[in-house]
Amino acid sequence: MKSKRILVKGVEAIALGALAGGCNCYFGYPITPQNEIPELMSVELPKRGGVFLQAESETSAINMVLGASAVGARAMTSSSSPGISLMSEGFSYLIALELPCVIVNVMRGGPGLGGIEASQGDYFQAVKAPGHGDGKFLVLAPYSCNEAYELTAKAFELAEKYRNPVMILSDAILGQMKEPLTLKSPKIKTLEKDDWILSGAKDRPGRVIKSLFLDSAELAERNLKLKQKYQKMEVEIKFERLAEGSEELIIVAFGSMARICKEAVFNLRARGYPVGFFRPITLFPFPRKALCELAESHQKRKKFLVVELNCGQMVEDVASALCGKGDILSLAYPPSVLPFPEDIEREIIKCLNLSTSLNV
Amino acid sequence: MSKPFDFPKCLKRNTFHYCPGCHHGIVHRLICEVIDELNLKDKTIGLASIGCSCFLYFYIDVDILEAPHGRACSVATGIKRMRPDLFVFTYQGDGDFSAIGLGDSIHAASRGEKITAIMINNTVYGMTGGQVSPTTLLYQKTTTTPLGRDPQREGYPLKVAEILATFEAVAFCARSAVNNPKRVKETKNYLKKAFKAQLENKGFSYVEILSSCPVNWRMDAVSANYHVDKLTEVYPLGIFKELPPKK
Ligand SMILES: Cc1ncc(C[n+]2csc(CCOP(=O)(O)OP(=O)(O)O)c2C)c(N)n1
Ligand code: SF4
Ligand SMILES: [Mg+2]
Repeated sequence: MKSKRILVKGVEAIALGALAGGCNCYFGYPITPQNEIPELMSVELPKRGGVFLQAESETSAINMVLGASAVGARAMTSSSSPGISLMSEGFSYLIALELPCVIVNVMRGGPGLGGIEASQGDYFQAVKAPGHGDGKFLVLAPYSCNEAYELTAKAFELAEKYRNPVMILSDAILGQMKEPLTLKSPKIKTLEKDDWILSGAKDRPGRVIKSLFLDSAELAERNLKLKQKYQKMEVEIKFERLAEGSEELIIVAFGSMARICKEAVFNLRARGYPVGFFRPITLFPFPRKALCELAESHQKRKKFLVVELNCGQMVEDVASALCGKGDILSLAYPPSVLPFPEDIEREIIKCLNLSTSLNV
Repeated sequence: MSKPFDFPKCLKRNTFHYCPGCHHGIVHRLICEVIDELNLKDKTIGLASIGCSCFLYFYIDVDILEAPHGRACSVATGIKRMRPDLFVFTYQGDGDFSAIGLGDSIHAASRGEKITAIMINNTVYGMTGGQVSPTTLLYQKTTTTPLGRDPQREGYPLKVAEILATFEAVAFCARSAVNNPKRVKETKNYLKKAFKAQLENKGFSYVEILSSCPVNWRMDAVSANYHVDKLTEVYPLGIFKELPPKK
């Protein structure tokens, strides 16, 4: 089969990926820079017998997703930072109720109303605590239109496999830039759900989906069960590594920042600088082992320069993964002016000359 | 001799956890009777909300999903849009439906979601210990209005049935009580009409039920039961809106 190439924005690639992944309902509330997702879904879903509904708030939208998921739908919502904060109680319930769904955050600058420029300021929120309680999302961070399409499609399968929400963490640059997208028909599995969804108690006793466990032993057991599930998700860990292990410095970056950093690394490598590149694609679970292996390869102590579009968040995960096995450096750009690859190159050269590491 | 009534099929034989004299249990039973009579058990999804009735699933043997506080109408929307063939009802308190969830409730009603919302109006937040709610009567003492609800501070009682009755997409809207046998029968009748409005795809249906909360009203069960009559002075009973049958 010949695959088709089209020119789309990152957010459109996400919407098309969702449709390819079998998404059959979308509930959301408008917010820049992701409005193209609901706009596209409002056209495409009804054509395919699906449901599109604009809710009166993000709070309602995520709860509509919750209801749809409980009856077995492939449900999705998307928003940007402030809207994601508003959904967080719902996130916690979805995790607790073990309901699959896909949530897209096209991050913009914060805190507060912030701005509509790109930001990676919601990293912690996405990977550490999407809602109250101990719950986690499986978090995927694409860095191109093709990847946004493929990961979003796959997200629906992963959500059902783990009965857990999956978050696509994108940002205003990735979302709004246009690039060619190769439309494929990804093979997305549909899982049997009849044994847990609500469908009316026909020939069986009523089924209950709930998160209230007043018995403390029962609640502890629930939490441990969820924890085990997060550990199982480690088989899904994905990353991109452009490093042999003999380098002196490895750049670690995700999403849009990884795009800029990758170019800087290519440029410097062409000029003979000993630099490598590591890009986590799953942010939760985080590729801790892969980073450690890289740090330990060639028995050479390396510097790890973590570049982010925030005040320094992922650097904490890199430091905890490496556990002293490398020198950690943080290059954190608050959401304002984006660096050019040349800016990053200059910083890398500075770091290569640095004799001590920053303490994070 | 024929039995005047039987134990409803979908009412579980569990002992109610409600306080003595609480009306939640009566309404549970009525819902079960109507589900049985309309033969709905096989296609029903109930939304338990957050309040004293969050254990709805201990008592009603249908598929039940627990909605976050105030969100039952949005959760029900997600369900009904994806499974229009199912019968979906929410069971909410006055705090859940008309305070934290008023936005969700009003918009679901104004969109004409084909769901049925049941609001148990006991004028307080029962579960959290009897704090003031939007429906608390003027000068009523609660744990957060120790001197009584002052209209200058907490405003006036919110009349939800009257508001919803003005909505075009609302098919059935009524208020009742269950503090005497006549009203119990009337409530059952309203519930049946509300359920049928949904089954006939006519729009959003709503039944508000004035209920006692002896513990938080600081009354014994019998006085609390009589006190519901006082509520009817502010919250009149009856059908506020009923669309005619579809042609
Ligand atoms: C987001 C959130 N805020 C507050 C609470 C605490 N809470 C639980 S039930 C409730 C009020 C319930 O009152 P009502 O809906 O009137 O039900 P009742 O118990 O009176 O039947 C509150 C405030 C909560 N569970 N979640
Ligand atoms: S606190 Fe009030 S509403 Fe709750 S069970 Fe007791 S009487 Fe009923
Ligand atoms: Mg109440």
